Amino acid sequence: MLELDEATVRFGGRTALDAVGLDVAEHEIVCVLGPSGSGKSTLLRVVAGLQPLDSGRVFLDGRDLGGVPAHKRGVGLMFQDHQLFPQRDVGGNVAFGLRMHGASKAQQGIRVRELLELVGLPGAASRAIASLSGGEQQRVALARALAPRPRLLMLDEPLGQLDRSLRERLVVELRELFSELGTTVLAVTHDQGEAFALADRVVVMRDGRIAQSGTPLEVWQRPADEFVARFLGFENVVGASVSGEAADTPWGKVPMPAGAPQGEVTLLIRPAGVRLVPSAEGLRCTVAARTFRGTHVSVHLQPESAPRLEAACALRDAPEPGDEVGVAFDAAEIVVLDGAPISP
Amino acid sequence: MDVARTEVRAGRPRTPAPGKSAARLALLVVPVVFFALFFAYPVAAIVARGLKVDGAWQLGRVGEVLAQSDIRHVLWFTTWQALVSTALTLLIALPGAYVFARFDFRGKQVLRAVITVPFVLPTVVVGTAFLALVGRGGLLDELWGVRLDTTVWAILLAHVFFNYAVVVRTVGGLWSQLDPRQEEAARVLGASRLAAWRKVTLPALGPAVAAAALMVFLFTFTSFGVVQILGGPTFATLEVEIYRQTSEIFDLSTAAVLTMIQFVAVGAILAVHAWTVRRRETALRLVDASVTARRPRGAGQWALLAAVLGTAAVLLVLPLAVLVQRSLDAPGFAYYKALTSDESGVFLVPPIEAVGNSLQYALAATALALLIGGLAAAALTRRDAGRLIRGFDALLMLPLGVSAVTVGFGFLIALDEPPLDLRSSWILVPLAQALVGVPFVVRTMLPVLRAVDVRLREAAAVLGASPWRVWREVDLPMVRRALLVAAGFAFAVSLGEFGATVFIARPDNPTLPVAVARLLGRAGELNYGQAMALSTILMVVCAVALLLLERIRTDRTGEF
Repeated sequence: MLELDEATVRFGGRTALDAVGLDVAEHEIVCVLGPSGSGKSTLLRVVAGLQPLDSGRVFLDGRDLGGVPAHKRGVGLMFQDHQLFPQRDVGGNVAFGLRMHGASKAQQGIRVRELLELVGLPGAASRAIASLSGGEQQRVALARALAPRPRLLMLDEPLGQLDRSLRERLVVELRELFSELGTTVLAVTHDQGEAFALADRVVVMRDGRIAQSGTPLEVWQRPADEFVARFLGFENVVGASVSGEAADTPWGKVPMPAGAPQGEVTLLIRPAGVRLVPSAEGLRCTVAARTFRGTHVSVHLQPESAPRLEAACALRDAPEPGDEVGVAFDAAEIVVLDGAPISP
Repeated sequence: MDVARTEVRAGRPRTPAPGKSAARLALLVVPVVFFALFFAYPVAAIVARGLKVDGAWQLGRVGEVLAQSDIRHVLWFTTWQALVSTALTLLIALPGAYVFARFDFRGKQVLRAVITVPFVLPTVVVGTAFLALVGRGGLLDELWGVRLDTTVWAILLAHVFFNYAVVVRTVGGLWSQLDPRQEEAARVLGASRLAAWRKVTLPALGPAVAAAALMVFLFTFTSFGVVQILGGPTFATLEVEIYRQTSEIFDLSTAAVLTMIQFVAVGAILAVHAWTVRRRETALRLVDASVTARRPRGAGQWALLAAVLGTAAVLLVLPLAVLVQRSLDAPGFAYYKALTSDESGVFLVPPIEAVGNSLQYALAATALALLIGGLAAAALTRRDAGRLIRGFDALLMLPLGVSAVTVGFGFLIALDEPPLDLRSSWILVPLAQALVGVPFVVRTMLPVLRAVDVRLREAAAVLGASPWRVWREVDLPMVRRALLVAAGFAFAVSLGEFGATVFIARPDNPTLPVAVARLLGRAGELNYGQAMALSTILMVVCAVALLLLERIRTDRTGEF
């Protein structure tokens, strides 16, 4: 439905979007994930018609959007900080797009009521924008964007400024709402939790290029390269030399899953694949720090002469900082990453 | 807050769409044509008339004119009186700026409006009021036999009267928004009270003080009405001399040389002003003005407050009070009644008709100034606009300083043949008055337009609003108040415009300031009294316009 073809945007000497190709299918929820400055907001602005392309093309339903101004594109965009019109009340904000499309007063009234109901703010139409909490503003912004029934809804850091518990609740609500309405959604965020919870498909961006695209599970399980792995928060990434079913790493011999590519590669060992064993067995490490993560404890281990390792273990098994432990590796949690291998 | 927002914006570089900048340039077409036709062309025409003989430029005239000792005397007087006026204004008004910025006291809102009244008063009224105070037969003359109208002091005091509000508004406005905690931070780090003020507050205020001083210098350097009325034969500024050379001696070439000299001087002042304003836009930590003011504490602060209020009463209120008193100084409102008859023979019509004329002209001029200034401000909204557009921004200020006399006379000689034969058209006066109104409109609108978040406009566009609808739905509601304030300023300035109008207003359609000046030029108590009465009417109209503005004024609007 949405198709970007070699989309390129330059700001002075910097390339914000570098020949990006991206397809979004009807009813699909795609989440673009990347650090700030990776070009993800520019991507949305390009599709909305707020940022002209330096080269490349954008198609919506097969129609080339080149030269179509923002107000005629029929896409919805929810801004990062909502950008509600301060001098209008909630109803006036939600009705704005309907008014621009020439809907009658009666139609506007019906649709505004319908949408406020949908986002869980029934009867809020006459409230002032200044009286809304952050979460309420977010709902109004969503209702406003949905009101003219856009063919594509885009969300820029939709939950960025809300506090954690609200964010987690809203992300579930949003996902339910979108699948109910069958909306096609293109969202951008820097928060992987948000992206994984919301999206059918995650697109990771780096320096204006797409680094990886896949379902949340695929991206989480098999990060494409070192950048994606580290952006997702994995720290155990090293260069290794694979021969047969084992690899040479700074942490010693590591078992490899069957059918692993041979030779010089980059390895990711997920924290769950770093098992703690008695210190006489395996690689000897000192516990440098541990962080409570809710469901598990993340333990930072310092081997004698190798980079630090991160391990995940259950709360009751977690060692104290300063303890001596041994480490063994689990082949099932080891992933060979694409991209140029880093020297071991 | 402001700092944070600037950073967010800076982090998102945006190149303007080529189509958008073309549209912006298109907005500039009307203002550019307006200024070319009604400003550049008349001024150029009069300079050419004066300096071109048989098609050849006589640039040698410049040297000849400058060699004349009386011209050199005028230049010297113009400069030093402007410098002294500026210094005096700063000296008297800076404590006022501090008091209005940092102290909370009863009646502050009303007083703030009252001290602004002089700024929107026509120069002719200011001149008349000081004449009534310190002139022949004035209050001081009656009480102690003191007359200042033959000395430079009358001019200097009138200049302070006129510009007090410029300093209090520009400097005080910023001062009241400076976060006091910055100074407190310096104190905690070991700075004394004075040192903290010197190291923290003063540098932050510096650009605003400089900008205010430059505006005062500009206004006093080009002063016309005040000096014309109070200067007598002894004291003449450049502008007065241009008027004399043009309308009394008919020496156009000298007038042209003087116009060019003033043009260069004003250009230089405005260039420095633009630079200081840009520096002022650098990030300062600003807070809501309402949280920085508190009640005065201790004898020292109360004394300061009393001193400032006393000065304001003597300097700003007394002259106006005397003016009103003089206008009533005949039994049974005789002076006001005389205004309705045409027996005096000073005009072809009863002087009171000047009120209606002035109001009509000023309304037309306000509409013109809003249209031209509004379009220009809309085009200049983007800060990242190109050098060309920024240059136009500075050019828009020029009419504030370029000899109004030259513009008025230029209208007469340049706009007298088809297709631009406007000599006998009523629109000539509003056109000249709108020229002075436009800078005020632009200066008032621009900060507000620039404060509108670009993304609000984008949000409207994505929701289906065309660029025109975006302006109507997003910008207009936010600038409506600023627009009203701009309209008020343009109205007051148009109402008081004297230098250009004096040339082009027709004898049967005088404006208020022209009528006042003509009445003052005649001998006789009745004429003097009528001048006072007309001035009072003019003052009341301006003051009412301003007081209405004060009610709708936002803290963000404008630099004046």
